[in-house]
Amino acid sequence: MKMTTQDYVFDTIKVLLLVFLVAVTLYPFLNTLAVSFNEAQDTIRGGISLWPREFSLRNYEDILSDENIIVAARNSVGRTVIAALVQTFCTAMVAYALANRKYMFRVPIAMVYVLTMYIDGGLIPTYFLFRGLGLVNNFHVYWIPGLTTAFNMLVIRTYMRGLSESFIESAKIEGANDFYIFLRIILPLCMPVLATVILFTAVWQWNYWWDTFIFNSSKINLTTLQYELMKKIQSANSAMSGTSMADAFSRGQSMTGNVVTPVSLRAAMTIVVSLPIIAVYPFLQRYFVHGLTIGGVKG
Amino acid sequence: MSSIPTSGKLMGGLGPVKLAPRKRDFGIVFQSQVVLMAMSIPFLLHLLLFRMGPMYGWLMAFQNFRPGTPILKQTWVGLEHFRYLFRDIIFLQVLRNTLAMAIIKLVMGTFFSVLVAIMVNETKNRLFKRSVQTISYLPHFISWVVAAHLVRESLMPYGIINNILTGLNIVKEPIFFLGKAEYFWWVIGWSHVWKTAGFGAIIYLAAMTSIDPQLYEAADIDGASRLQRIWHITLPGIRSVFVILLIMNIGFLMEAGFEQQYLLKNALVQDYADVFTIYVLEWGLRRTRFSFATAAGIFRSVVSITLIVIANFIAKRMGEETLM
Repeated sequence: MKMTTQDYVFDTIKVLLLVFLVAVTLYPFLNTLAVSFNEAQDTIRGGISLWPREFSLRNYEDILSDENIIVAARNSVGRTVIAALVQTFCTAMVAYALANRKYMFRVPIAMVYVLTMYIDGGLIPTYFLFRGLGLVNNFHVYWIPGLTTAFNMLVIRTYMRGLSESFIESAKIEGANDFYIFLRIILPLCMPVLATVILFTAVWQWNYWWDTFIFNSSKINLTTLQYELMKKIQSANSAMSGTSMADAFSRGQSMTGNVVTPVSLRAAMTIVVSLPIIAVYPFLQRYFVHGLTIGGVKG
Repeated sequence: MSSIPTSGKLMGGLGPVKLAPRKRDFGIVFQSQVVLMAMSIPFLLHLLLFRMGPMYGWLMAFQNFRPGTPILKQTWVGLEHFRYLFRDIIFLQVLRNTLAMAIIKLVMGTFFSVLVAIMVNETKNRLFKRSVQTISYLPHFISWVVAAHLVRESLMPYGIINNILTGLNIVKEPIFFLGKAEYFWWVIGWSHVWKTAGFGAIIYLAAMTSIDPQLYEAADIDGASRLQRIWHITLPGIRSVFVILLIMNIGFLMEAGFEQQYLLKNALVQDYADVFTIYVLEWGLRRTRFSFATAAGIFRSVVSITLIVIANFIAKRMGEETLM
C-alpha cells in the first residue's frame, strides 16, 4: 500500500489531534499538582503552569491538620470499603440465582429490574422515604440504598454463565445446596469479574457526594471528602459572584492561623481526593471495554 | 444450546432432559429452588423499597403536604401544583435550560467521541494508541467535584485558556467565562466533552473492531483514500451502535446532568444554569414546598419515560435493535 500526499496530511492531523487530546486532558491535573505544591501567597501572583515556583508542603499540612478532613477521609474510606464488598456480594448472589435458566422467578425479577432502570421516584419522595426509614443523618445511607445495580448484576451473570457446569452437578449429587455451591465453588471461580465490580463500585462510592449533601449535610461527623471539596468550590463560586466575599475569605484562613489562599487549598484538596482514583483507574480499563459491550449493547 | 447433555454450560438448563407432568412438578421445583429465592431477596427487596418505594410519595404532588401527618390524611388539592408549575416563569426557564444543555451535550459529546474513536482506530502504533486511550479515560473516573475545580481554574481570568487567548492576541482582555450567562451552556458543553469524549469513544471503537477487515482490503484494491474508507466503511459500520446510543440518550434529555451545573454555576449565570434537579432541590428542600417540588419531579419522570417509549418505537420502525 503506497502512501499518498493525502495520507501524510491525514496522519499528521491525526497525530496532532491525539496529542492535543492528551495535553488537554493532562494539563489541568498537572497544573493543579503544581499549584498544590506551591507556596500559597506566591500562587496569588499567578503564572504557575507545570512546576511550582516556590516549593512548599504547607497546603497539604493545612489540609491534613484539619479535623473535618480527617473525619471526612475516614467516612469516605469506610463507605467505599463497606459498600463495595457488601454490594458486590449481594449482586453476585442474585446473579447466581438469575444465571440459572430454570429458576422459576427469573422472568418476574427481570421485569422488575428493567422497570426500575427507567423509573426515578424523584428527590422529594426519596427524601421522605429515607427519613421514614431513619436513613437521614445516618452513615448507613451511604451503603444500604445502593445495594445492588442491574448493570453489575448483568456483568456477573454473563461471566457465571460462561463457567463449566460440571462442578455444580457433582456438588449437587453430593447434596450441597445452592448457597453452599455459590459460596464455595462459584465465588472463587468468579474472582476476576468480582474484583472488577468491586473496583467499579468503589470508584463510584468514592466519587459520590450528592447523598452527603442531601441526607447528611447537617452532621459534620458524617461528612465525606468529596463533599468537603465541594463546599470549598462552592465558597469560591459565591466569592466570584460577590455574594459572600467575607465568607470566602474567612474560609481561606487555615486552622493554624496563617493565611492560605483558597485556590492552593482547593488544589491540594483536589489532589488528595483524586489520588486514589488515579491509582486504580488504569486497572479498570479492560473491564469497561468488556462491561460496556455487555451492558450497553446486549442490555 | 448444546445437544450433548453432559457438556452444557453452567446453569444452562438440563438440556434435553424434560420433566413430564407440569402440575406435580411445581411443588418439587419450588422446594428445590427455595435457596435461590432466598438469595434473590436482598436484590428484590432493595429494588422494591428504594426504587419503587418513592413512587408512593408521588401522592404528595396532589396534596398540600405537611410533614408529620400520615400521607393519606393530608388535604387533597388535585392538579393545582401542576397548574401553578406551568405558570411559573422560572420553571419554563429551567425547562429551556435543561433541554438546551442536554442537546448541546448530546451533540457535542457524540461528535467528539466518534472523532476520537476514528483517530484511535486509524492509529497503528500500539504503544501510542494504548497511551492515548489510557490518558483520555482519566477524566471519566474522577468525580464532577474534582472536574469542576479543574474546569473552573482553567476558565478563570488567570487560567490557561485566557493565557493562551491573550498570548496569541486573539482577545485583548481576559474573558470571565464563568461569570457570563451567554457562555454558560457552552462551558457545560465543552466541559462535558473534556470529561467524556475519551471514554465515550470506547463503545464506538468496539463497534469498529467488529467491522470485517475484508471490506478495507477491498477498498484498498479499489484505490479508496483514507477519508473515503472512513466515510464508506467505518461510519456505516458504527451506525447501529450510534443509533442505539442516541436513543438511550434521548431518554435522558430531561436529565442534562445536575452535578455539573450545580458545581459550576454562580449567582451571575443562574438564569441559564438552573436545571430540573436544582429547581426541585431549591423549592423542595430549601423552601420546603414539598408538594410543588414533587409535582415538578413527576413532570420530569413522566416526560422521560414518554421519551424513552417514543425513542424505542422509532428505533423499531427503523429496524434497529431496541432496548426493551
